[in-house]
Amino acid sequence: MLLHADHLTVERGTRTVISDLSFTARAGEALLVVGPNGAGKTTLIRTIAGFIPPSAGVISLKGDTSDRDIAELSHYVGHLTGVKSNLTAAENLAFWAAYLEGGDRAAVSDKVDHALSLFGLGALADYPAGLLSAGQKRRLGLARLSVAARPIWLLDEPTVSLDAASTELLAGLIQEHLAGGGLVIAATHLPLGLEEPTYLRLGAKGAADLSPEAQP
Amino acid sequence: MQTLTQRLANPTRFMEISRAALPWVTAGAALFIAYAMYLVFFVAPPDYQQGETVKIMYIHVPSAWLAMMGYSIVAISSFGLLVFRHPLADVSAKAAAPIGAAFTLAALITGSLWGKPMWGTYWVWDARLTSVLILFFLYLGLIALRSSLDDEALAGKLTAVLALVGVAILPIIKFSVDWWNTLHQPSTAFTSTVDPSMRTPLLIAAIGFTLLFIALHLKGMQNEILRRRVKTLRLAEVERGERLFSARAE
Amino acid sequence: MSPFLALFKRDLTLAVREGAALGTALGFYLIVVAMLPLGLGPDLKLLGRIAPGILWIALLLAALLSLPRVFEADHEDGSLEVMATAPLPLELAVASKALAHWVSTSIPLALLAPVLGLMLNLDIAIAPVLVATMLAGTPAISFLGSVGAALTLKARRGGLLLALLVLPLYIPTLIFGISAIGFANLGQEGFSASFLILSATSLASVALAPIAAAAALRLQLS
Repeated sequence: MLLHADHLTVERGTRTVISDLSFTARAGEALLVVGPNGAGKTTLIRTIAGFIPPSAGVISLKGDTSDRDIAELSHYVGHLTGVKSNLTAAENLAFWAAYLEGGDRAAVSDKVDHALSLFGLGALADYPAGLLSAGQKRRLGLARLSVAARPIWLLDEPTVSLDAASTELLAGLIQEHLAGGGLVIAATHLPLGLEEPTYLRLGAKGAADLSPEAQP
Repeated sequence: MQTLTQRLANPTRFMEISRAALPWVTAGAALFIAYAMYLVFFVAPPDYQQGETVKIMYIHVPSAWLAMMGYSIVAISSFGLLVFRHPLADVSAKAAAPIGAAFTLAALITGSLWGKPMWGTYWVWDARLTSVLILFFLYLGLIALRSSLDDEALAGKLTAVLALVGVAILPIIKFSVDWWNTLHQPSTAFTSTVDPSMRTPLLIAAIGFTLLFIALHLKGMQNEILRRRVKTLRLAEVERGERLFSARAE
Repeated sequence: MSPFLALFKRDLTLAVREGAALGTALGFYLIVVAMLPLGLGPDLKLLGRIAPGILWIALLLAALLSLPRVFEADHEDGSLEVMATAPLPLELAVASKALAHWVSTSIPLALLAPVLGLMLNLDIAIAPVLVATMLAGTPAISFLGSVGAALTLKARRGGLLLALLVLPLYIPTLIFGISAIGFANLGQEGFSASFLILSATSLASVALAPIAAAAALRLQLS
């Protein structure tokens, strides 16, 4: 699978945030989007997720046999967790499992149990999510990644409010996803323990260049 | 030497004392209400005008009295919270509001059932019924405001402010409703003196209902204290989980 | 469980656990109805005559009050973004949420109406008709309201704006609801025609409003 952006230009209001950007992300490969604040990292991720229509250029997907569009093939993890305070941790995750992938009750509950213990929330499964700490809520949000299979992961600053242990966990999950032929595009400053990430560097003025070197 | 209030204000001490008192209060409530009901159904005479429907009075009047007593408890507790910062005052105010609201609703419903044979309709905009209805709104406001905030300490204080504002304005509301009512209908519906044969069962019913209120209030406060302890324990558990998880990495 | 049902069930669970929203709507309904006799005077004949209109208008206002929350919470915690990238079309997600609003708010309001009718000297014989027209008419309230809620999601003073946008859309429902009650009251033939148009308005809203609301939500997310 191959995600290709061709001469992409994105405008926010009157400002051109991304201009004439082309890049390719391949299956089994992580594309890390880096750049200073305001360089358009979030805008790029949201454009790929289909929230923002580009004003010029196209994003296309090759090698996918289903007739779903990029958004439906993607997990989008933004700044917000998508966690409801008045549902328990398990209920939150069970909802997303059913909503994103469906399946019968037993299958959903298996996936939820597995994901909760993976993210160290097993003991807190029946606690209202409102009681959890910021980091735990964040992990509960990320646990969504493992209850529904999606070939493309779009992650916007996924390591925010995660401690070292959680970051390591996420890095492991990403590597597993890549090894299984998945595709990851993440806006992040941490290398996430990846061996050979590709960096997509967005400049302050929206200029961009693609380089395989380590970050600045 | 601590005063009784100070000793009671300690939640642990309160739990001990209230646990000891609750069975007695509950039994007292049951006895008084049972005796009152016996008098009402087998001893007290039917009213010469209203017939058997007058028996609703034995529930209606104590409910209306407890509707007001409930609000007084909320108001006094709110005062205690805002001025003396008693840890139990907020618990007391929170527990009293729904019980008071329930008795207010009971007064409204029994009042309207009583009204049907007397007025030919379930509801008339009589000054007394209208005042009780407005009291019900004030209760609803207290409950709604408290539940609208996640921060429980802040919710308790804001609700206390609202309760005291309500106390200050209640006499004015009562006065305005009376004024409004006399503008429209000069004669009042109820003008009866209570015969001694009815006064005794009414008094006993009132004592029974008051004990019931106290029992419910004590139980409500116990539940609230336990709920807060559970919440504290859960928060501690969440923190412990967080530490264990972080330690896992090292 | 299908995604549509999962979302419906989640919204109902949240409505039950966050009971304050429904309580506030019911309380608002009660207090608006109670204020009117204080303004008009306690003339039971007059009140009985205008009771259906009062109950309908107050119901519209109470339902309106609860509408902003339909999408607000999901927008604030990021759920809406995840829903927009899910296989279930956003139109169906909106329909599921509007349906949950109907079940959790509009139906309780409609069922409270005859009780409040007692306070307004409503003829008890009309009460079943009143509830029937409200049950038939309120899907339009919830579904058209979801369009307003989607349009005003990020607006400052969204609640007031929502009222301004949505109340005009409720006019057909109000008119046919009241006229159905009027015909039933007089024992005339026109009842079924009014009632059918009322139901048709609701069905059309159920079919079309999610499309508009989903389009508005997509714009809000961009």
